[in-house]
Amino acid sequence: MTAVTASPTRSERHAVRVVLPQLAPFLAILAVAMLLPFVSNDYWALIGTRAAIYWVLVSGLNLIVGFAGHLAIGYVALLTLGAYTTSVLVAGNVTPPLPVFLALPVAASVGAVFGVIVGLPALRLRTFYFAMSTLGFATIVTQIALAWQSVTGGGIGISGPEFPAPFNTAWGYYYLCIGFAAICTWMSANVARSRFGRALIAVRDAEVAAESAGISKPRMLIAIFLLAGALAAVAGGLFASLQTYITPDAFTFDLSILFFIAILIGGRGSILGPMLGTIILTILPEIAAPLAAWSTFLYAVLLLLIVLVMPGGIAALLDFRNRRPLASNRAIVPRPSALAGAMRASAGGRTLRLRGISLSFGNVRAIDNLDLDVAPGQIHGLIGPNGSGKTTTLNVISGYYAAKAGTMTLGDDPLPPGLPTLRANNGIARTFQTPRVIGEASVLANVMIGGTIEGRASFVEALLALPRNARDERSCAAKARALLEIVGLETLADIRADRLQHSELRFIEIARALMLEPDFLLLDEPAAGLSSDEIERLAALIRAISARGAGVLLVEHHADLIFEICDQVTVLNLGRTLAAGTPAEIRIHKEVVSAYLGG
Amino acid sequence: MLASILASGLAAGAIYALVGVTYNTMFSTSRVMSFTSGQLAMLGGVFGSMFTLKLGMPAVAGFLLTLAGCAIIGIITEYVAVRPVLKSLDQHLYVLSTLALALMIQQVAAIKWGTEPQPFPRLIGWGSGVFDEKFWLPVVACAITITGLEYLYRRTLVGRAFLAIAEDNFAARALGLPERNLRVASYALAGIIGGVAGFSGGELLLAFFANGALLNFYGFVPVALGGLGNNRGAIVGGFALGLFQQAANFLVGGIFSSVAVFTLFIVVLLAAPQGLFGAATARRV
Repeated sequence: MTAVTASPTRSERHAVRVVLPQLAPFLAILAVAMLLPFVSNDYWALIGTRAAIYWVLVSGLNLIVGFAGHLAIGYVALLTLGAYTTSVLVAGNVTPPLPVFLALPVAASVGAVFGVIVGLPALRLRTFYFAMSTLGFATIVTQIALAWQSVTGGGIGISGPEFPAPFNTAWGYYYLCIGFAAICTWMSANVARSRFGRALIAVRDAEVAAESAGISKPRMLIAIFLLAGALAAVAGGLFASLQTYITPDAFTFDLSILFFIAILIGGRGSILGPMLGTIILTILPEIAAPLAAWSTFLYAVLLLLIVLVMPGGIAALLDFRNRRPLASNRAIVPRPSALAGAMRASAGGRTLRLRGISLSFGNVRAIDNLDLDVAPGQIHGLIGPNGSGKTTTLNVISGYYAAKAGTMTLGDDPLPPGLPTLRANNGIARTFQTPRVIGEASVLANVMIGGTIEGRASFVEALLALPRNARDERSCAAKARALLEIVGLETLADIRADRLQHSELRFIEIARALMLEPDFLLLDEPAAGLSSDEIERLAALIRAISARGAGVLLVEHHADLIFEICDQVTVLNLGRTLAAGTPAEIRIHKEVVSAYLGG
Repeated sequence: MLASILASGLAAGAIYALVGVTYNTMFSTSRVMSFTSGQLAMLGGVFGSMFTLKLGMPAVAGFLLTLAGCAIIGIITEYVAVRPVLKSLDQHLYVLSTLALALMIQQVAAIKWGTEPQPFPRLIGWGSGVFDEKFWLPVVACAITITGLEYLYRRTLVGRAFLAIAEDNFAARALGLPERNLRVASYALAGIIGGVAGFSGGELLLAFFANGALLNFYGFVPVALGGLGNNRGAIVGGFALGLFQQAANFLVGGIFSSVAVFTLFIVVLLAAPQGLFGAATARRV
């Protein structure tokens, strides 16, 4: 870790240079918002307040829709819930009347709980199911508000909470809501920039890779469902006060659509974009008054246009940095010698043992009674024709498949079958045959994904940007930069990963895996698609990794590479071990030569 | 009371089942779940009331025109909201594009037809009480539709081609099946099924623009219960849902029945994410 701690000043100066331009638009919007009272009238106070309240909700929803990629289309339900909870508590229909600043946190807790309940299907199923469950929830919340007359006032409604002075004037309340909006922006940006925000995007775009990095999808999602539910309920309380009187009719589905489309117009994985989207969509019906009846139709047309014409939204339009062309003749030059600085020598001593592993898909025996030992500090090659079970073996080790028979042990401890998210904790990292990289994230962020489980700060610490989170971020970023230098991609650190070439993606995956400082590294055809120069450099890199004490399991078709760097080679055919031994033994093994090597 | 529960439960169940089949018919050829399914059923009621009551046509002509109208909406769905996003199915953009189209349909219906529920005519006039036409008509329509679909899928070349595409799209194309035309045809068919659901359930649900969103959810629950693309599951799930919902409705009251349905939906999805009759997931790695 010496290389990591050596240059904090440089990375801090770098941080300021990167953060300032990102911060400027937010500060500009805040300044305009603060000046609004001096240049306009109460009518605009109402619209400004409304936009601020909507943003309180959207800032949380953005983490679900824009970052985690789950399509929550019925979030008006949580706004309704928060509005009624606050109003009922302040009015004292059920309990003794509460002051509004006490009622809001209670509403936030209720919203958080329901945010998770509505989100439960998203933990196991994607997209349409979650969209439906939020839609269904929106339907029943309105029905309950209508029918539960003793509490909600039914169709007649209930008066909204009143805020004490100085927030009881139009502009006083406006500033209060702007304050809430600013805090929400800050919090959601904190989450987005932390390991949690990166993990959300990883689960969205590269779920399998996220699991291998030890990211647990349910835990991530529950954390943001809690947050988004709470923010939506707070927005509801503010909304009820702005309306002064609420009925179920005030919470039309159109509002849900507005929230949802604001995020999509803004663009995925951005905070500024959805914020602009919210502001635009709040103002739009006001300046196009004759179209008010058709506003939902307009939103729908807008939604269709965004999906079909510009899926990137405003954020993609504003992303100038990624328009600059990349050098076309760039070469990857890894520096394996620097590995000692960035990666601790593996404690070693433990051997990964597979005994009698079998797995079938239907009638096909993908792996049949396989024994395999990967010793620390050694490179173990796994070769064989297509369909011989090489990748399946990696998948069994990394827990994507649970073997039907056989045992896996790590040193003296059993390695439980299945459970891919626990492999990172066991010091097992891997790469994939088709690189699984988050195209929309920067190369650096992609590598940092690998260090997610090293973070010590909790979600709340990240939310409030407490010091421990900042330390996590600094060390994670520094380590990722060091590893990018080692694999030879440091000049591309800030580039979007989907602009890179295939071979570069392979090295990103290796850097990501090395973030764990793994005891075992599983490489699935790392040389596929690489030029012969690149393969030579890859070989040196793999050697250096194993020299740090890590056990490497290398699945490859390039026989030359295997024979050049491996200490042990296992040859598979139809799921069975055809031969095992040193490269020299395998090279002259009769059956291997006839079945696989040819000649 | 039991008779009322059974009558209204089976009637509502038949409508939910038909909407579920509408979802499945679109899903089978395109792997897309479309938010327009419930809207098609809504339009079945609105078109039906418009042609027969507003324009005074005979019931049969009104019925046929309703089906034609719904088939056209189905085809529009395919062209506008499905075809453009098919090439990036893994991004699930279809959720957004079909939602957008569904909202447009709903908004046009609300503005042009009105936001109040409007009456739907009595079509045949047989039966009263629990044997009222509005209860048995959806059940009969459901039975006829399913028989028709079974005949189509098992006995006709076009139906088998649908099945082939649903089973393995690439292989079907490799065999030279006109995949694109079959997909359009399946969307027209889905429109017709949705139209049948709305028309036969018109007397029960009335011609009301907000039925679309409601049926979107209540029609999706059987699909989720039965597993995507599984018509038998959707029908069993639809009737079970109808009976469950109406039983809850009569026993504990209206709002709690929707809470009960929602709870059931969440619990089943958590316990059996692929549905009770669904197949296992595809390989991910």
